[in-house]
Amino acid sequence: MNDLIDLAALFAKIGLVAVGGVIALIPEIQREVVEVHHWMDLRSFSTLFTLAQAAPGPNLLLVTLVGWYVAGLPGALVATGALVIPPAILAYSLGNLWHKLKGSPWLATVQAGLNAVTVGLIASAGILLVRASYVSIVAGMLAAGSVLILMRTKTHPLWLLGAGALLGALGLV
Amino acid sequence: MLKTPPELTGRQPPTTGTPMPALRDIFLGFFSIGINGFGGVMPFARRMLVEQRHWLSEEEFIDALSMCQFVPGPNIVNMAVIIGARFQGKLGSLAGVLGLMIAPMIIVIAAYTLLVQVADNPIAIGAIRGMSAAASGLVVALALKVGMPMLRRKYVSSLIFTVAAAVAVGIFRLPLLPTLAVLVPISIVTQWRRA
Repeated sequence: MNDLIDLAALFAKIGLVAVGGVIALIPEIQREVVEVHHWMDLRSFSTLFTLAQAAPGPNLLLVTLVGWYVAGLPGALVATGALVIPPAILAYSLGNLWHKLKGSPWLATVQAGLNAVTVGLIASAGILLVRASYVSIVAGMLAAGSVLILMRTKTHPLWLLGAGALLGALGLV
Repeated sequence: MLKTPPELTGRQPPTTGTPMPALRDIFLGFFSIGINGFGGVMPFARRMLVEQRHWLSEEEFIDALSMCQFVPGPNIVNMAVIIGARFQGKLGSLAGVLGLMIAPMIIVIAAYTLLVQVADNPIAIGAIRGMSAAASGLVVALALKVGMPMLRRKYVSSLIFTVAAAVAVGIFRLPLLPTLAVLVPISIVTQWRRA
């Protein structure tokens, strides 16, 4: 029960600061889940992230899996609901305010200011996940290889995950 | 920009001339986004809403997307909320969010349950190691892709805040809220002075 309350409080808080998408929040989710609550170790967290990326659907499935890991089905529902419902209510009610604000120059300024910070958060999510998954030189090369391929080509990310899974299953990583 | 901004709620039929989507349509439309959305759902959302079902014009989609980015929370869920609301009110929002989330949640939980069953299998362990390495590369690539335009436009002043956020959160592992409380206002003021 305490875990459910903690999950609800944590993800309600995280959902309401989520202005840069779920990926930007990964460092904070990891810090809370691994370092503050000690619900899992870094390797398990990285596995949950990987599964959420490999599954169809929004990135927020990471949060569903964290909830499931901590407290089963109730945990999955509570964590997902806490993340999604408060912003959904805001989205539902802020429509008119948005139509008044949009196009105003300071809104663009605010978004540009937020954007700079968000990119840094996504970068730190990248640093964190590379470190968590760096189990061998080959793993490092795989990570670097997927960065290069994604930057240079229009390859679908799923192919890279598949290639990683194949190399790993063959015992090469 | 829209000439006549659509009200968020209330039963406004699509401006494209398509008949009003029913609750069932909203559920199924977002269901298809959920199960197709590998590695980022927004492109699938655009395809479904604009190209396949003609519920929104291109401009309306961009408008809805920038509103979703303005509101906190996962953008695609907020998209389901405002699109559902526009056609069928509160129940429409609910239909959109449930349609979007139900299948992916079941799939990802099933995948995890399956993984736990084979947790001792060296092949499964290896596959997860390899996939995790590749997946970490996706996030680095995402950071580079969204960061590149800042370099090109010589937004050196904003890069300071990018680096500060990455160092504070990624290396010093500082909590997010205090970090944002310090960095975001200064970053916005810097943008404002530059403008």
